[in-house]
Amino acid sequence: MPRNFAQLRSQVERALAGRVAAPFEYRDRSATESVSTGVDEIDLLTGGFPRGALTEIFGPPCSGRTSLLVSSLGLRTAHAESCALIDACDAFDPCRAEAAGVELKQLLWIRCRNFNHALRATDLLLQGGGFGFVCLDLSDVPREMVRKLPLDAWFRFRRAVENTQTILLIIEQESNAKTCASLVLKLEAGLVHWSTTKPKEVLAAYSGEALCRPPFAQLLDGLDVHASVLRSHVNPISRMEFREGRISTIIGGSSGSPETIFRANAMSGCHAGASIESTSRIA
Amino acid sequence: MAFASIYVPNFILQAILCTEPALRGQAVALLDGTPPLSTVVAINDFARQAGIEIGMTESQANQFFSAGKRCRSRACEESLHMALLQMCWSISPRVEDAAADTLILDLAGLHRVFGSHKNIARELMRSVSELGLTVNVAIAANIDVTLYAARGFTGITLIPAGEEAKRLAGLPVSILSPSVEILETLERWGVRTCAELAALPVLQLSERLGQEGVRLHELARGARVRSLVLAESQLRFEEEIDLEDAVEELEPLAFLLGRLLNELCARLQGYALAASAIHLRFTLGDAFEKEPVMVESTSTAKSAPALYERTLRLPVPMRDPKLLLNLLRLRLQTDPPQASIRKIALAAEPARLRTAQNGLFHRSFIDPEKLELTIARLANLVGSSNVGSPEVLDTHRPGALRMNRFASAPVEMKVRRKICRASASSNAEPESKPQKTVFALRNFRPEWLAKIEVRENRPVHIHFRGMRGKIVAASGPWRTSGDWWQEEAWRHDEWDVDVRFDSTAMLKGHNLHWEMQDGLFRIYYDGLRRDWFVCGRYD
Repeated sequence: MPRNFAQLRSQVERALAGRVAAPFEYRDRSATESVSTGVDEIDLLTGGFPRGALTEIFGPPCSGRTSLLVSSLGLRTAHAESCALIDACDAFDPCRAEAAGVELKQLLWIRCRNFNHALRATDLLLQGGGFGFVCLDLSDVPREMVRKLPLDAWFRFRRAVENTQTILLIIEQESNAKTCASLVLKLEAGLVHWSTTKPKEVLAAYSGEALCRPPFAQLLDGLDVHASVLRSHVNPISRMEFREGRISTIIGGSSGSPETIFRANAMSGCHAGASIESTSRIA
Repeated sequence: MAFASIYVPNFILQAILCTEPALRGQAVALLDGTPPLSTVVAINDFARQAGIEIGMTESQANQFFSAGKRCRSRACEESLHMALLQMCWSISPRVEDAAADTLILDLAGLHRVFGSHKNIARELMRSVSELGLTVNVAIAANIDVTLYAARGFTGITLIPAGEEAKRLAGLPVSILSPSVEILETLERWGVRTCAELAALPVLQLSERLGQEGVRLHELARGARVRSLVLAESQLRFEEEIDLEDAVEELEPLAFLLGRLLNELCARLQGYALAASAIHLRFTLGDAFEKEPVMVESTSTAKSAPALYERTLRLPVPMRDPKLLLNLLRLRLQTDPPQASIRKIALAAEPARLRTAQNGLFHRSFIDPEKLELTIARLANLVGSSNVGSPEVLDTHRPGALRMNRFASAPVEMKVRRKICRASASSNAEPESKPQKTVFALRNFRPEWLAKIEVRENRPVHIHFRGMRGKIVAASGPWRTSGDWWQEEAWRHDEWDVDVRFDSTAMLKGHNLHWEMQDGLFRIYYDGLRRDWFVCGRYD
């Protein structure tokens, strides 16, 4: 029986000799590299997506999750990184992604038809390695189904990307990865912005009600998105400052058929706000 | 000047033993001919000790033993011969293809690489042993002397210049391959060895046997001089195997494919080449029957194709047999042949091996071999048409896209330099924002059929998937049409709508689902089908 702490420590060290090099030495995590998400406000809030870690983005439908994904893909592919998108419900729209600047040649798109295929495809991709950005898109998978996914699957994903340069992004409707996620970002939809294309004099002929306004007189301009960080093991500063805070951003919209997307992109803008209260147009 | 000759004794039997190494320790007899008239054409020492003789019929051979009988395979012989040629070319560029079992090499200049003639002979023996063969090697200054020495003496034979006649003296005359008539004449004369033939006077020999007699006399003395007839390299990388019993399952098939790929890759390695594509060809036998079917008439022939041909295109030239085998296995799993396999043929398209120069300051890219294997596994999981890089087609048709093969593209030099400069100047990653943040649309594939209530030329209520919602804002219609000159024409009136669902109005029989939540949808009216559809949701 050890009499003091020193004896106890030496006994433990002897027992673990050969298996653990220095059991009582604190090993600090190596500095994690973070990269831009493609949206300045999200970068301010989170510090960017961490490499070699699992990032979880969740929120209800129509909360800007896919828009954030497409922005990130555009930035990653612009840096000639190989990206992979595991699309659990085959919902990705390459036309709009290309319009948003995604270099589609750099993107491996796996169109799955069920949840299990998506999980197995993610396992295969992470085991294969080499991708800079891997996204598992579970946005349209029923939340009950994702909830049933055992925790060891999330641990497996996290372990697969540890000590690699891969950004693993999971998009879903609610947070499920728990402590396996290094960054958990919650998105919520805000106001929808419609802009008018007709002069006010013309609109004045109609009543002020939105329902009575002629449909050709308005365009889908954007959506308010509120983002908040629920967990961040990467950027402690942002965790301290923004845990309770939220930012608002308006994601530019477009209307019409694919050929009008390109025209509409010129019209669509991106509104941004550095704090909760203030918003300003940056594009 | 020196030449080396490689002779493979019992070539047709060794060709079989190379493909079936398990037979090496047991008696083997090789049969040739049409059953039941097939006869024994080759035997090994074990079979000889057991009492088998060449020329026996199959039934006679069966009396001695039942195991170890094989049919002669000309495909295996050709394959082995090609492998031997490749090996010889890897040592010397000047090779004569003297016979199926004999090759002659010009050793001029090889002493700088290998050293003495003895070392060259050992190198030849070592290279041939890697093919699993037992051969004789002879080196001499005369082409024909090396040929007959290799056929006459076992192991390594080195004949110094000037001693050719002396060394060939003990060999039988038959080794010179005279015609049957001349051989009988020589036997009647009592001439049985090369020394006895060389001792005959040339003039009298010419009077009695003609020019053939003079030629044999020169050969027996080792004095005939001729040039090497060079074999031309045909860069055909093909391997095939005939199967006695048809293969029906993937595991034994993978075993055979692995063996063929090993040989194919070894040959490619000899030329410092790799395969850019693998052509797979199976000759099929009986078709599989999943369920027993009562067939009344025998005239209903099975509709299995006679050949199964597939091509495995590789993104970069590869030469790793294990990797290629894995890719072939995955391909066969997704697209298996519908009948048993009787013959396997593999052919590789040769290409130069990939070379890559990586930089110090940019991230390494995906290993193409590993990537190809990953993509093959993904294709096996979700289907090959569902994996790849999307390409938006040059058309206005909504959702027109094509899936291309994904390849991790090498970085352009300009981009590399830019990244390198930025990385060197600061630790932070150089960021360049894309053009703008676009409001992304999530497609519903296939689109959902919807019922829309239109009032004053605008949608006001929507019903789909058992839900009813109120459209609080709408933008449209955005009219597109095209391909009216084809059968697949389209005419859409698209709308962006903001929907608020009424939970109390949800129709019975449908589960509460995520799409129940309010949001922005893209809907369209199909002018040709005269129906409304929900094609996506903004997110």
